[in-house]
Amino acid sequence: MTQTTMPPTEKTQPVSAPHGTISDRSKAERKLGWLLAGPAFFVMLAVTAYPILQAAYESLFSYRLTDPDNRSFTGLDNYWVILTDSLWWKALGVTMLITVVTVLVELVLGFALAMVMAKALSSIRPIIRAAILIPYAVITVVSAFAWQFAFDINTGFVNSWFAWLPGVSADTDWFGGTGTSLLVICLAEIWKTTPFISLLLLAGLAQVPEVLQEAAKVDGATWWQRLWRVTLPNMKAAIMVALLFRTLDAFRVFDTIFVMTNGANSTESVSFLAYRQTISRLEIGLGSAVSVLLFLSVVLLATMFIKAFKVDLASARGEG
Amino acid sequence: MAGAAALLVAAGTLAACGGDSGGPPTLTWYTNPDAGGQAEIASRCTDAAEGRYRISTAVLPRDAAGQREQLVRRLAASDSSIDIMSLDPPFIPEFAEADFLAPVPDDVAERVTEGVVQSAVEGSTWRDELVAVPFWANTQVLWYRASVAEAAGLDMSQPVTWDDVIQAAQDQDVLIGAQGARAESLTVWFNALIESAGGSIIDENADAPEDITLGLDTEPGRRAAEVMRAVADSGQVSSAFSTENEDASATGFEGERGGFQVNYPFVYARGQGAVEAGSLEQSVVDDYAAAVYPRVDEDTPAAPPYGGINLGIGAFSAHTDLAFEAAECIVSEENQAYYFVHDGNPASKAAVFDDPDVQEAFPQADVIRESLELAAPRPQTPYYSEVSGGIQREYHPPASVDPESTPATATEFITAVLAGEQLL
Repeated sequence: MTQTTMPPTEKTQPVSAPHGTISDRSKAERKLGWLLAGPAFFVMLAVTAYPILQAAYESLFSYRLTDPDNRSFTGLDNYWVILTDSLWWKALGVTMLITVVTVLVELVLGFALAMVMAKALSSIRPIIRAAILIPYAVITVVSAFAWQFAFDINTGFVNSWFAWLPGVSADTDWFGGTGTSLLVICLAEIWKTTPFISLLLLAGLAQVPEVLQEAAKVDGATWWQRLWRVTLPNMKAAIMVALLFRTLDAFRVFDTIFVMTNGANSTESVSFLAYRQTISRLEIGLGSAVSVLLFLSVVLLATMFIKAFKVDLASARGEG
Repeated sequence: MAGAAALLVAAGTLAACGGDSGGPPTLTWYTNPDAGGQAEIASRCTDAAEGRYRISTAVLPRDAAGQREQLVRRLAASDSSIDIMSLDPPFIPEFAEADFLAPVPDDVAERVTEGVVQSAVEGSTWRDELVAVPFWANTQVLWYRASVAEAAGLDMSQPVTWDDVIQAAQDQDVLIGAQGARAESLTVWFNALIESAGGSIIDENADAPEDITLGLDTEPGRRAAEVMRAVADSGQVSSAFSTENEDASATGFEGERGGFQVNYPFVYARGQGAVEAGSLEQSVVDDYAAAVYPRVDEDTPAAPPYGGINLGIGAFSAHTDLAFEAAECIVSEENQAYYFVHDGNPASKAAVFDDPDVQEAFPQADVIRESLELAAPRPQTPYYSEVSGGIQREYHPPASVDPESTPATATEFITAVLAGEQLL
């Protein structure tokens, strides 16, 4: 059985004015476009491009905030220090582990929740949607504290509620080891951001044409076959957008780790490393270099996603 | 309520900006969170100033590192709203070196150091000059349950060693509380151990960070690591020892298996609070007793941790003269006694310990004063956060500290961090 998607609609070429001349109307439209998007564009430049460029510039200096007089140009030295440091690679590994685990679990869980939201009886649908979305409305630091208190050996209830599970007892110190710490960090992240993925996937589900489902049903396809051959292929773009957004987001994980372990037991992420150099050590140069490397990693990830999956972001927004 | 608060903030901001826009200038005092004592002292001093200035308080983050981060970033941007700040002593050299602190006039320096315990004066001094005003001085003591010590046959009228404490705890199967979490408190513990063994974290200070010589890989350094490991391996620490902070130690001490803990004096006030709240029996708090910090070696006096808060005057403040005047008022004997009784934070002036109110509220006042006289500050260097961060990385968790190899690897690591060759 093959995948069933809608036949590509034929796009008609827009009729434009002859080459070389721009009609008054399109001129006015272009002007209006700039007027509408211009302010936002400049605000974006000011709040994103400027700090990025400043960080890139400062990463070339040896510069301590409390000792500005001894600021000196060191070229790419900071990058050399970072890339030859095992701490960087360890933090990168931890970040990738957290990213892969949380995004995969969230995708599966988020899809299931999206199905529930889509198929729920219309009378209880608003309640279900609100209930599913609540975690996403909780501030990350608050959710991190809530999960920390739950798993804490002194204040938590997890140890007494789940003592029947193998490996859990009243004395289980969740934040005392790398594996258990990362487990709780991942759980908190998954709880918090699954609603985001399920919301994006719900939008994707709504785009799957009902006629295809009906046609598949008439052909005798089972529920499972319809899911794999009809539903999923038709919402590929939505899935990819959800994956892309969450991956980039997960890669910058900071709050949960900061609250739960403060980086102890090798749970530091790349963002945490940037925080420690810039804010704790006040080494602006070294910290900026870590931030630039983090930025480059995120750009690389985004490019890989877009190239590998050939996602047309516009199509997911329904503009295609 | 919110409206009133907004009005207050607006009024404070206006006064801070204007200064001469009518009304007395408002001094902003950045305080560390406490039980409300500093806010009360601020209002007392506002009254005492009789209209020359007003003090308003602004609360800093909860932990010492967070307080430093916020103050440093503001001061690096020459924030003139910072008039008075409550500073944790280890960060004072960094602030002084960066010229964030207004120089203390000689006459003020003379007055505010009179009758102050030595450790608090040292903690406010950088390059042989007083750079902050000593406010309150904290120290850790050995808290024990009198009944437990008696049952174990431990004579607490004589100095005890860590080995004695471990032995007694094992005999009676009770908990030893210490701060094994990866936080500043771990450095506090480690510093007390190495100083008690006769060494220091920093062996030789230097202006350039890469020239600082560490004293970790020495005999006292190894002894300190040995004791740390022995406590962690004693079988008598909480199962969450690697995340145990001061509060967790106090909780363990209040519990059924409470026996010993090294901790600040606040645990006594905390225990009494728990009795009032009905979550602790009065008999438990009656069993609380304090002795000077345990020794590492039998014949060398212990060097307990020194902490507390000293007042720095912001270098960019528009009213440094008034701020020093206010600081002198804040640290008056009367206010220190009030703060000791109300918040459980010991005074830096020795005379306060004889205050009848203090003696009544803190039966352990004399032990605390003795401890303060013995106390050793943490290493004084503008690069303190690198040193402390390095210690926390290498000596955590305490159960994995190896007295043979950890001192050498820690020295190598911290030296590389100081030289800017490694990440922290």
